[in-house]
Amino acid sequence: MNVFALLFVVVGLGLIGWLTARARAVRFDRGGQKRLHSLPSQHGWYVAMWTVLPALLFVAAWTALSPALIRDQVLKAPAAAQLSDFAFERDTILGEARDVALGRADSTFDPTADALVAPMREAIAFYGWTGTAIAILLAFAGGAFAFSRISPAFRARTRVERGLMLILLVASLIAILTTIGIFLSLFWESIRFFAMVPPQDFLFSTHWSPQLIDPNNPGKSLGAVPLFWGTFFIGAVIAMLVAIPFGLMSAIYLTQYAAPRVRAWMKPMLEILAGVPTVVYGYFAALTVAPAVRDLAVHLGMPFASAESALAAGLVMGVMIIPFVSSLADDSIAAVPTAMRDGSLAMGATNSETISRVLLPAALPGVVAGVLLAVSRAIGETMIVVMAASGAANITLNPFESATTVTKQIVDLLTGESEFDSPKTLAAFALGLTLFVITLLLNIVALRVVKKYREAYE
Amino acid sequence: MTDATPLSTATATGHKMSARGVNVFYGDKQAIRDVSIDVDMDHVTAFIGPSGCGKSTFLRTLNRMNDTIASARVTGDIMLDGEDIYSSAMDVVQLRARVGMVFQKPNPFPKSIYENVAYGPRIHGLAASKVALDGIVEGSLRRAGLWDEVKDRLSDSGTALSGGQQQRLCIARAIAVDPEVILMDEPCSALDPIATAKIEELIHELRGRYAIVIVTHNMQQAARVSQKTAFFHLGQLVEYGDTDNIFTAPKQERTKDYITGRYG
Repeated sequence: MNVFALLFVVVGLGLIGWLTARARAVRFDRGGQKRLHSLPSQHGWYVAMWTVLPALLFVAAWTALSPALIRDQVLKAPAAAQLSDFAFERDTILGEARDVALGRADSTFDPTADALVAPMREAIAFYGWTGTAIAILLAFAGGAFAFSRISPAFRARTRVERGLMLILLVASLIAILTTIGIFLSLFWESIRFFAMVPPQDFLFSTHWSPQLIDPNNPGKSLGAVPLFWGTFFIGAVIAMLVAIPFGLMSAIYLTQYAAPRVRAWMKPMLEILAGVPTVVYGYFAALTVAPAVRDLAVHLGMPFASAESALAAGLVMGVMIIPFVSSLADDSIAAVPTAMRDGSLAMGATNSETISRVLLPAALPGVVAGVLLAVSRAIGETMIVVMAASGAANITLNPFESATTVTKQIVDLLTGESEFDSPKTLAAFALGLTLFVITLLLNIVALRVVKKYREAYE
Repeated sequence: MTDATPLSTATATGHKMSARGVNVFYGDKQAIRDVSIDVDMDHVTAFIGPSGCGKSTFLRTLNRMNDTIASARVTGDIMLDGEDIYSSAMDVVQLRARVGMVFQKPNPFPKSIYENVAYGPRIHGLAASKVALDGIVEGSLRRAGLWDEVKDRLSDSGTALSGGQQQRLCIARAIAVDPEVILMDEPCSALDPIATAKIEELIHELRGRYAIVIVTHNMQQAARVSQKTAFFHLGQLVEYGDTDNIFTAPKQERTKDYITGRYG
């Protein structure tokens, strides 16, 4: 049976459970021997939860497990005996057989797969029906168990509350587990990389040319220092030189000077800037800003200036980050108590004295945290640098020269034809892992700062 | 309407501050109706009245702190030494240096104790040298009765002091620019009784050197610290006179009801 049909049945059973349990609880109520501890509908929810949740958990687990079970079953078939031992090839053939068995493809490409279609179809049907049967059985069993516990004194309300709490807990765990999953997958691929390339070469050597790898000594051309320098230079220096002053000043204007009417249209405009897709910024950087920057460089006496300068990518990235800095600075300035501002104004300080001497120092931790978050966004930003930054890995302080970033290199390494077990491709995961760790640390520091700051005023 | 003592024109009076026919509006809502009052140099003047009667609002008109509220509008005349403080010739920065303010909740800046007191002298350029500034800071802290408690930790944060110390720090901050008038907006409402007693004692000591106006919801406090008392109700000045008379022989029925605890 189709998974959706199964879910439909389970939820239907849950609804029936809800209705019958509620009806039973209402009858208790009318019987009048004893006051119900909980509302009839709470009894209903209790039974519905017991009907639906165990079955759903089972379906989730079964969907994850059954492909492996099906594969084992098919491999036991006589037709599978001649299959190659090489896992990658074997899985491709099995995949073909499955597509035909499920009716997604008309015929197989590889003749060996043909023989497997029948066993495959059998296995899928067997495990599909087994799973369905167990799920429905679980739904009935859970419902019956819960239904048997209903009595006037039964504390359905507390049970339902606890059940709800568990559901919410699982929902929030999913995001956390995903983060851990992402980290682990990066981590395993990186370990494979570091088995081929010594970490100290990758982290500390300064030569990066992944297209020309010496198979005997891959570490020689996979030194990531120029990439981290480029990332830092574009994302944390040039972009922040744009984003911090403009973001901060716009936040000051919006919180301290702007009339409510001006603020009412200016703030949404800034937020629109935050909503522009990064690929559009990429066009802007590559087609408009980069040529202008190159012309400027030529004008300044650098005749061979790059059209993929660090400056062009950094400037546009800075503009992209302005709303981010502005809204975080806005929040932290607005969080400074009005009493502080009044106290300064009552001393005869002007608006700008009040801002620079009282409000900004008081809001500084929040502003710093905002800047750290902005940096972590900027160094993870991909689309702008893919379109506007260069692929040449230079360590340079000249913003008119080309520089490349970690994200740009990851994209370059993973696009095009490549095997997934060469140091060149695996380097992308090591880069990703390093970037992930850096942004994670930045975020942790920023959140710490914000937390400390909040304690000061509440 | 007000039955306060009839007053002659403001400019001729020689009072430190004089208000004539003052109305305050927040948007369409009128918060103060036709208030006329004089504040003298050698007196502590107390504003009393039930919550929402407009006493704090009126206090804030005296150094134009209502300017910080966009919807607030003030009409009528308020004079400081015969100068109209709402005229275009009056610079609000100068005005607030002459008319200082202490708020309901202690609001020291998140800076060191020294920097809190030095704040005003710095922005008004009152000290030519570091030595002069040190002198102003010490003098102000002494007058606020805080010097002995903080002289060894002037570089500690002002927010680390106790509530009562913070409020005295705010008073020191206000007197550091040597104002002529000090407005106090319920300065003890966030403090415990001992800290309150210290502030009241301090007000006694500062009397004569500055004209002091204090808003309080505590009638005993008004009786203890002030020589003149003004009773506000529903945005109007109901009665204004010597504190002794207001508390022993109020002329108005409403004043009497409030003082005897009939409402408020």
